[in-house]
Amino acid sequence: MLITNLILALVVLTNLKLLGSSRLGAMIRIVAAQGVALGILPIFAHWQEFSLHFALLALGTIIIKGIVFPWLLFRAIRDADFGRQIEPYVGYVASLVAGVLALGASFWVCSRLEMPGEIASPWMAPVAFFSIFAGLFLIVSRKRAASQVLGFLVLENGIYTFGIGVAVKTPFLVEIGVLLDVFVAVFVMGIAIFHINREFDHINTDRLSQLKD
Amino acid sequence: MIFALVLIPLLAGLLAFVLPTPALRRGLLVGTALVHSALTAACWKWTPAPALGGWLGLDAAGLLFVSITSGLFLVVSFYVVGYLGQEANRHAEDFEEGFLFDNAPEAVFIGCLLLFLAAMTLVVVSQHFGLLWVGIEATTLASAPLIYFHRHHRSLEATWKYLLICSVGIALALLANFFLGVAATQTAGDGFPMVLSNLVAHARELQTPWLKAACLLFFVGYGTKMGLAPLHTWLPDAHSEAPSAVSALLSGAVLNCAFLGLIRVQQICVAAGLGDFGRSVWIALGLISVVVSAVFILGQTDYKRLLAYSSVENMGIIAVGIGLGGVGAFGAMLQAVNHSLAKAMLFLLSGNILTRYQSKSIARVRGLLTAAPATGLLWMAGFLAITGMPPFGLFLSKFTILKAAFDSNHLWIAVVLLAFLAVIFIGMTTAFLTMSQGEPEKTTSRIADRWWQILPPALLGLLVLWLGIFVPDTLSNVLHQIASTLGGAQ
Amino acid sequence: MNAASFIPLLLALVLSPLMPGVINRTKALFAGRRGPPLLQTYFDLWKLLQKGAVYSRTTSWLFRAGPIIGLAAALMAATLMPLGHLPALIAFPADFLLFAGLLGLMRFFTVVAALDTGSSFEGMGASREVFFSALTEPALFVALLTLARQTNSLSLSTMFASSNWLSSSIPALVPVLALAVIALMIVLLAENARIPVDDPNTHLELTMIHEVMVLDHGGPDFAFILYGAALKFWLFAALIVGMVLPETGNVWLNLSLAVGGMLLVAVIVGVIESIMARLRLVVVPQLLVGAGALATMAFLLSLSLK
Repeated sequence: MLITNLILALVVLTNLKLLGSSRLGAMIRIVAAQGVALGILPIFAHWQEFSLHFALLALGTIIIKGIVFPWLLFRAIRDADFGRQIEPYVGYVASLVAGVLALGASFWVCSRLEMPGEIASPWMAPVAFFSIFAGLFLIVSRKRAASQVLGFLVLENGIYTFGIGVAVKTPFLVEIGVLLDVFVAVFVMGIAIFHINREFDHINTDRLSQLKD
Repeated sequence: MIFALVLIPLLAGLLAFVLPTPALRRGLLVGTALVHSALTAACWKWTPAPALGGWLGLDAAGLLFVSITSGLFLVVSFYVVGYLGQEANRHAEDFEEGFLFDNAPEAVFIGCLLLFLAAMTLVVVSQHFGLLWVGIEATTLASAPLIYFHRHHRSLEATWKYLLICSVGIALALLANFFLGVAATQTAGDGFPMVLSNLVAHARELQTPWLKAACLLFFVGYGTKMGLAPLHTWLPDAHSEAPSAVSALLSGAVLNCAFLGLIRVQQICVAAGLGDFGRSVWIALGLISVVVSAVFILGQTDYKRLLAYSSVENMGIIAVGIGLGGVGAFGAMLQAVNHSLAKAMLFLLSGNILTRYQSKSIARVRGLLTAAPATGLLWMAGFLAITGMPPFGLFLSKFTILKAAFDSNHLWIAVVLLAFLAVIFIGMTTAFLTMSQGEPEKTTSRIADRWWQILPPALLGLLVLWLGIFVPDTLSNVLHQIASTLGGAQ
Repeated sequence: MNAASFIPLLLALVLSPLMPGVINRTKALFAGRRGPPLLQTYFDLWKLLQKGAVYSRTTSWLFRAGPIIGLAAALMAATLMPLGHLPALIAFPADFLLFAGLLGLMRFFTVVAALDTGSSFEGMGASREVFFSALTEPALFVALLTLARQTNSLSLSTMFASSNWLSSSIPALVPVLALAVIALMIVLLAENARIPVDDPNTHLELTMIHEVMVLDHGGPDFAFILYGAALKFWLFAALIVGMVLPETGNVWLNLSLAVGGMLLVAVIVGVIESIMARLRLVVVPQLLVGAGALATMAFLLSLSLK
């Protein structure tokens, strides 16, 4: 359980760092690190039922989230000026404070829920909910399209954490399907960002406001 | 047979990316659509066996929706072939702002269309909740490039909003899947397949708080895709910027797929005794959708956005119908069928209008009946159909739902529904009538409509008319079957 | 209060000027220089005490009182801090509040003395110093609260005495401990005006925070300030060492380990100063709130384990 807890603590740290971070390159790497950490989590969380299936899934997740996604995203933003600071809707310090409050709220909510069955660690569900919140917060509060994609990835990571820790054994086919879906989603979003940057010469989504009633 | 239903469009879609000539590609599109429709028709006669250990199967709801999807795709594919012949690889000048833009490569467009069909078929045939989720996410991803056919900033904005909002919503639906799994752990322990029949059978033993939470999250997730307010914000933009054939498919087929997902959830809720809880959520979301769409239809200036909001309104009516249960559920299913046909027809016609008048603004379109008699006539027919005038099918379905509302204990639902339907009617009448009547400008082109612009919408219109006069028994049986699983007071 | 509880105080008084020496030596070695002698601070203190002081006509009694009260507060705080599993001279429940309060008093009078000069540079430094300390206080308290909750005691002496929870039966507490220590390290760097929050070697008044406040003091006043700063550093390092020090059972071994730990903390600070540059002033609040977030995270994680 110690390693599981270390991995979960690392996930929370990466989320907090993302909330307070402003540089796109650093954010992409942090999300990649989070993906890799979550890739190896199932192996340690279900140590007793270790099997080839887990190892393959872990390998696939590590390759896709740790190598392919950063590569895709860096290619998508290669023309964008990603060292620049664009002020988000909610400032960085306020985001950090909101993140800490959300962490507290997740722990409180999960203490009230009765979790059926065996869970690998009492930190699983709170960390999952916190990641979901952090992902949603990033999508809503950031203006750059690439930051929104990263928020989506963090959201998926949180849901995946919940799935590993608490839910029933998901069949192999469905897990592969989910992974594939996320991969294609990031692929398509990456292409969209590349086009947005070429079209608008920025990836500031708050300027994508021409279509309205 | 079920495998064939999914695999044929999938393989065809992948093949379309590599075919060299446009003729081959378009032929592949129509050919696949024909084969798919033939297989679907065969399914009405000989029920296919479940596959993959019960994960794939065609029940009543699945059969209904795959028929709608397949038929619609076939009709639209003819329109697409003509449309691509007109549009393909030409540098066009944007109507509203005058810049030059490109179109997407035709291979990408046709390939994504076929993959889109494959994904929708997967949604319809899957009995396993996880696989259903994969399918719905796949429809979002396959349709995003379709919206971005005209490559300019407005369609890019619409594509980005569509992609992000729908993906976030569907990710929350994944969380709902996990909640459902947790609700089932008490019963099963290990290896509980999340197959619909299994879940319905064990429904009484599912843990209620987790099931309720799952239900709500499913509504948020799949409701976003279905276009229920307040989660509908991607709909108007995506529908107005996509090419008309794609809008037709989005409104006619994809909204139904999400609706199917929600039907499955409701089936479980009813079996678990949470039917009333589910129904109150349906009614709430349905009424909000109708109200919101009414607000935005009144005074709308863009006719494609008008049609999009009308989709939101119809989805709201369907939701209220399911929420009322019993006869209302039957009406809702009938409404789903009729709406798909009528809305697709209207969107295809809007494509004709756009090409002729070079504008999406209602104010700039005048004298449709004079400039293009065939399109104008069909446009008026479509208007009568979508607003629920007899003898078109939507009249029957809306009437059934309203009757269920009046018969229920909650009269206020019927009153609110009637009031806002009246408002919507007024809004749409102003738009449609001003577009059809009057004298067209001198600059409007008077070229006659081509066959591919007239026949598909006419066919859809005839179907709606037929359904208004006479609902065949086979269809009626299927609709009753579905409605009975959704429970509710008589 | 027995004879053994004088030892932490004595060690603090005698060894604290060694800390700046160790830091400066580490930085010099990193840069490839020989560096000043380790005991340089002692020589500086001696030299300063011999000198006379010059007082500006615009200052009042506050300017003279500032260094004196600051040193007094630091000495009082030193009586509260245990070391090497030996209890402190004065210990009572919630004494960490008094500890933080005394350090706050020291900071307050430094700031007031700086403002008393009427110069704009000191005013700037004072406002920055107060802003940053406001952000570090929560981190400090939450980290101490985590420890308090784990050991079920509210006095610093008992908190650290039973702090062999590093090797305790709950190995899952290791991440919590690590987070709390990192948060306290950032607090130490912020409170003692070290890189990455403040550069002690800068000669540009516009970029100074702590240095600029003591710019006008000279002679014995500056000696008091220097000694007070060394004591403050010793106290914060003692907090960190107290959290991680294992209990060996032998008093002398404990003490040697403790002193070794303090020197190690000084070396680590020296290394950090050598490899990092100072952060931009707009980024420092993010760092400090980040430290608070880390401490809160440690607290929340520890909550769900017990």
